[in-house]
Amino acid sequence: MELQTLTYLVVGATFVLYIGIAVWARARTTGDFYVAGKGVHPVANGMATAADWMSAASFISMAGLIAFLGYDGSVYIMGWTGGYVLLALLLAPYLRKYGRFTVPSFIGDRYYSRTARIVAVICLIFISFTYVAGQMRGVGIVFSRFLEVDILTGLIIGMGIVFIYAVLGGMKGITYTQVAQYCVLIFAFTVPAVFISFQLTGNPVPQLGLGSRVSGEDTYLLEKINQILVDLGFNEYTSGARARIDVIAITLALMVGTAGLPHVIVRFFTVPKVADARKSAGWALLFIALLYTTAPAVGAMGIYNLLQTINPPDTPADQTLAYEDRPDWFRTWENTGLIQFEDKNQDGQIQYYNDANPDFEPIARARGWEGNELEVDRDIMVLAGPEIANLPNWVIALMAAGGVAAALSTAAGLLLVISAAVSHDLVKTVFFPRISDRAELLVGRLAAVVAILVAGYLGYNPPGFVAQVVAFAFGLAAASLFPAIIMGIFSTRVTREGAVAGMLTGLIFTFGYIVYFKGIFITPLAEDIPENWLFGISPEGIGMVGMVLNFAVALIISRLTPPPPPEIRELVESVRVPRGSGTAQDH
Amino acid sequence: MSEQQNRRDAYWKANLKIMAWCLVAWFVASFGLGILLVDVLDKFHLFGYPLGFWFAQQGSVYVFLIVIFFYAWRMNRLDHEHDVHEE
Repeated sequence: MELQTLTYLVVGATFVLYIGIAVWARARTTGDFYVAGKGVHPVANGMATAADWMSAASFISMAGLIAFLGYDGSVYIMGWTGGYVLLALLLAPYLRKYGRFTVPSFIGDRYYSRTARIVAVICLIFISFTYVAGQMRGVGIVFSRFLEVDILTGLIIGMGIVFIYAVLGGMKGITYTQVAQYCVLIFAFTVPAVFISFQLTGNPVPQLGLGSRVSGEDTYLLEKINQILVDLGFNEYTSGARARIDVIAITLALMVGTAGLPHVIVRFFTVPKVADARKSAGWALLFIALLYTTAPAVGAMGIYNLLQTINPPDTPADQTLAYEDRPDWFRTWENTGLIQFEDKNQDGQIQYYNDANPDFEPIARARGWEGNELEVDRDIMVLAGPEIANLPNWVIALMAAGGVAAALSTAAGLLLVISAAVSHDLVKTVFFPRISDRAELLVGRLAAVVAILVAGYLGYNPPGFVAQVVAFAFGLAAASLFPAIIMGIFSTRVTREGAVAGMLTGLIFTFGYIVYFKGIFITPLAEDIPENWLFGISPEGIGMVGMVLNFAVALIISRLTPPPPPEIRELVESVRVPRGSGTAQDH
Repeated sequence: MSEQQNRRDAYWKANLKIMAWCLVAWFVASFGLGILLVDVLDKFHLFGYPLGFWFAQQGSVYVFLIVIFFYAWRMNRLDHEHDVHEE
């Protein structure tokens, strides 16, 4: 069957499935809408969390990032999985015991302060919108590439689908849709990986294939990639170039940021028991690990295939692929602009090498090379994977459905925490405390509609900060929300003054540092290079320093201010023991 | 009341101890073996993987999984030992 038709069929079928689930799992109460009535089985919740968590970036971009960064790409693997340990050990069980609907409610109650709650809402909204705009962008891109509609049309279709199941179904609809979306995305990601791994190494398990020998040869795949890259003037694939302190800072900021992201935390409010919250984090990580341990293999095998294509084996080093002989997938992706070739030395051949390496310069000159001629967008490693490996059309169609599933599931989760923060923490708590359950549900739905429209607009006209999702969303979550929650559970002495001062310090410092180097709203004040960074820590990793500052300021100010009232001590002590978590409660 | 208080305190102390050991495992697998000791470990190989590289891109994730499921299992027992489990 024609690829185009097949793609429409596969993507269309998944949409019918999502909408069907949404209609079946309509939300009837605010409890259903915010936390799915707290009746979700831990395994189902784990799957939903995994889909919620794995965004368009995890699905489309991460393997490609690793392909071009090699060892340095490990920060994403460790950072985006290690956060679940922190969630399971330090946050999830206690927040589930506390048993309210949103993250700002916990912060507001624990710090007996409306100001603390409002600061938390502001952090939450900024983090979530940065994140959701990137997802909507991802939806638009996947649609435009695979279905050949323009980005705006793609965005509107995506917004329509999310609208139906997020507004109608709330958390309940989202949770069960996400279970389906997880199945679609993991299948779409692993099937091509299994084929590619089997083709290259004879081992169908990508995690093992990456450590195996190349089929029919005596060399290990990773050794071979190292060799090819070094011969082209690059660093070894398995060794890093980034300063160790920065690797540590980014990894820690991503881990802590993951544990502080409101749309991830809120998933653990939906399970029936405290014991389930602990277990559910494990299930979530298991489902995430399926993709995250496959991605390094997809990345490495992708770069290997690409290098083998450009520099065919058994030919002299100065003889590279002639532009005329480029394979079909190369032509297809050239049309999208994701692969660009410029024949700098006019020899009709494609040269791909590290032209920024002065030691390699003489070798390149001797071969008549006048600069790197190939620009490859990292997203290609996943998107073009099936074509590079000559897989059948249905696998390519599946990739489209998987990419859309990854983006939609994350977008829906984010939209829900935004709408819950607005309807529950602002409208109900701050402005109209007497609002009825039904009216609050209506406000929640309206807030979700507005959030979808804003997210769609941001996706279509992405402001600069959307490109800095890693720095902004994770850095700010790490520097603002995470420390406030942790201190709220593990200390009875931290006061509202301490918590508010700490959150603001972490927030302003981290935000300021990122803006200082990345610009965004202003022109950058200094060049974004290691020589200028504080302690050699990049803006991506600065959330770690923001977190330390938040803790330090909060603890010092708490010593200097009167201790929290006795009922707060009671609250903290009751959060620490599982008994009595039974009933879902509102307040 | 104070008997209940003592029980809660003992439970919380035991929990913090288990938590601390789990966090040590979390830290060693990622920051230790995957980052700080990566050059030393890369001299050894696990099939085609340099060992440090394997920890950074595979092993640490497996350790994280074991840590979470261990903690969930151990805490479930601790809840019962201290009689603070959910009804």
